[in-house]
Amino acid sequence: MSAAILEVSGVVKRFGGFTALDGVDFAVTAGERVGLIGPNGSGKSTLVNCIAGTLRNEEGRIRFEGRDIHSYPAHRRIRLGLARSFQIPKPFASMSVLENLCVPLLYATKGGEGRRVADEAHGILRQVGLHEKAHAMSGGLTQVDMRKLELARAMAAKPKLLISDEAMAGLSTSEVDDILELLMGLKAQGVAVIMIEHVMRAVMKFSERIAVLVAGRKIADGDPQAVVGTPEVVKAYLGE
Amino acid sequence: MSNRNFAIVAFAVAIAFAAASQLVPNEYFFTAAYVVLQFVILATAWNILGGYTGYVNFGSAAFFAIGAYSTVMLYNAFKAPLLVMIVAGTLVAGLLGLGLGYLTLRLRGVFFAIASLALAVVLYTFVVNWDYVGGARGAYVLQPREVPFGLPRYIHLLYIVLVLEAAVALVVARTIEKSTIGRGLAAIRDDELAAECSGVPTLRLKIFSATVSGALMGMAGTTFPFYLSYIEPSSAFGLSYAVNSIAMPLIGGMMSWIGPLIGAVLLGTVQQLVQVTISSAWNLLIVGVLLVLFVTLAPNGIMGWVEAWRKRRSRR
Amino acid sequence: MEASTALVVNAIIAGLLLGGFYAAVSLGISISFGMLDVVNIAHPAFIILGSYVAYIVNDRLGFDPILVSVVLSPLFFALGMALYRIYYLCFEKRGQESLRGLAFFFGILFITEVTLVLIFGVDYRLVTTAYSEVTWRAGDIDLPMRLFVPFLVSIAMVVALQLFLTHTFFGRAVLAVAQDQLALRLMGVNPVRVKERAFALSIATAGVAGAFLIVIQPVQPSIGREYIGLVFAVCVLGGMGSIWGTLIGALVLGIAESFTSTFFGPSWAPAVSFGLLLATLAFRPSGILGR
Repeated sequence: MSAAILEVSGVVKRFGGFTALDGVDFAVTAGERVGLIGPNGSGKSTLVNCIAGTLRNEEGRIRFEGRDIHSYPAHRRIRLGLARSFQIPKPFASMSVLENLCVPLLYATKGGEGRRVADEAHGILRQVGLHEKAHAMSGGLTQVDMRKLELARAMAAKPKLLISDEAMAGLSTSEVDDILELLMGLKAQGVAVIMIEHVMRAVMKFSERIAVLVAGRKIADGDPQAVVGTPEVVKAYLGE
Repeated sequence: MSNRNFAIVAFAVAIAFAAASQLVPNEYFFTAAYVVLQFVILATAWNILGGYTGYVNFGSAAFFAIGAYSTVMLYNAFKAPLLVMIVAGTLVAGLLGLGLGYLTLRLRGVFFAIASLALAVVLYTFVVNWDYVGGARGAYVLQPREVPFGLPRYIHLLYIVLVLEAAVALVVARTIEKSTIGRGLAAIRDDELAAECSGVPTLRLKIFSATVSGALMGMAGTTFPFYLSYIEPSSAFGLSYAVNSIAMPLIGGMMSWIGPLIGAVLLGTVQQLVQVTISSAWNLLIVGVLLVLFVTLAPNGIMGWVEAWRKRRSRR
Repeated sequence: MEASTALVVNAIIAGLLLGGFYAAVSLGISISFGMLDVVNIAHPAFIILGSYVAYIVNDRLGFDPILVSVVLSPLFFALGMALYRIYYLCFEKRGQESLRGLAFFFGILFITEVTLVLIFGVDYRLVTTAYSEVTWRAGDIDLPMRLFVPFLVSIAMVVALQLFLTHTFFGRAVLAVAQDQLALRLMGVNPVRVKERAFALSIATAGVAGAFLIVIQPVQPSIGREYIGLVFAVCVLGGMGSIWGTLIGALVLGIAESFTSTFFGPSWAPAVSFGLLLATLAFRPSGILGR
């Protein structure tokens, strides 16, 4: 039984009068593939932001590899190995695809003296299938390539946990398969992945475990087939 | 070109300019060149925080003036040597940048911009009300009668000092630009949140950028009291500094160290001509109009045109 | 009444009157920056423009400046629409509003000031109205009409604007566009049109506030820059985009300035608004009525 690398306990996040997260408990073990689903507005992105450090939760604890990371700013969390991609891709538009990767390589990982950052970047681009576009400007990429770049940037940080935030939204079937293959391959590198998605086919294929978030509360957490059949989960998705 | 080689070239060019100036018969050259060089330093300095990091500083005049007024204070207190005054002014301005950055760079860029404007006014009010540095009446800072290094007039020395300062500013800017820090700053400029989530310590880098930028702008101001042997707040905090330090990098190109240099030389020279032939109010109007035209129609400036032209050529 | 109490009371009154005026001046920023997220640094330029327009008409035809400015406000409205068009096409659409949008508005501010200098010179201009010299007195308490009339009209403007925003369809569209543009689009309203008109409204208020300004004090082109810190200070103090907050922030600022002026001298007054702004930004960016 591997130890949990991420432990979220009792996390509460409020925006003025609105409670986005209402006491969420959530854990991920090393190398695990977890799906996180829920209707729009249920708090999935808020949870991601609290875990990644771009938002601060008002109550509750977040532990990464046993360490309480509450006071850690986002840039410190990624250095610990906690990476995330953005739902709407945020490339560094003035830089090429390769240069985009150099930023996390230089800042989120420790290299030795004289390391060849460009070579490492090429390696990652090969992994995600963007190698041909290494010198293209990142602002002009297609949707699926931008999603790949998002994930590549997260992977460049050599993370132990990667949170993929709706990387497949709006993509075609074959593009979804592309991204899915990419994410599946991360397990071989020992990277735990939290996949937030609405594309159920991909979630079912990918996840060893599924957690369901509705209105800021986790209403189910366990075996994918079992979770998807629970009455509360079905009710939450009625009308979707 | 490596940093060391660029520095060597920059200083070699500076020394060449310094030496060649002694062959120029027209004394007006020195007074005009002094102003243009001032702008080279200001534009280059502004661009470190502006173009590289994406944070607009409307208060360049505050940093420039604090460099100038620290010279006035040291002059009144000890008649300190010029080099000491330059270093001191640069450090004080750097501290100001550090302070302003620390207070306001946690917030959105627009708040920093407004705060920088606020800073200029607050500082101006302080200086106007402080008699030790002359207040609103101004202060006299007399050029020493003995001109060092056997130069014919003191303005020649000021010119040479500025040429060297400009070289320093360009070397600093380029070194930052090509370094890891420069990449981090560019990431902050392109998308600060994504940069933070890529491991870039955004607050630390922004404060660094503001400190260096402020220090160099202060450096530009340290010799200013000697220029006219007199200084008063409305000229030290002049509007021309605020608008030019933004317009010159914008027009020249904000992405690299060359843009501010081009913008400053071009725009600075044009302004010297207009000022002499028409008036200083028209001069400022032209700068303002050019600023608006460039920012709406050619936001990447002259270097942007050069880059686009190069890309088109390589595609053929 | 004791001399020092009278001094304090008068400082408070002057501060309140000034504060009302500051609210009128800052209303536009409350809309453009607080609600539309457009950093219109050039807002004070339009205030000064309003002052000069009022001055010209008053000088040539003798009409009351405040009346004139209200009558001419459609001109400023049109100017605001045009300005927003340019801003939207060149910056907001391209996502460049932070750096280049700021530089753009700064350029506009600058051009306006320098053009006014070229046309009118740097001399102070003032207007003469029926009430400029009138002061109501109650014992040691002074109520100068040149402050009181603009104060009244300012308060009327604040109330009118708040009612407009909460009770008309367009007003609520403006409030909505500040919160959720997508939802607005789904309801069939074009958010760009809404923003355009809201921005135009903000410029129109600036024009009218300009008339208040020249009634209160003599005006010259560079005064605009002194008001930049003030309007943003009021907006931030008041919690960004809240009309009542703007009023409260403005009154606080007015009283702070009035006290500084009375007890430390008027040359320190500009530092008050800016200092308050710096302090608010550093310590409580969500303002007094913070969101």
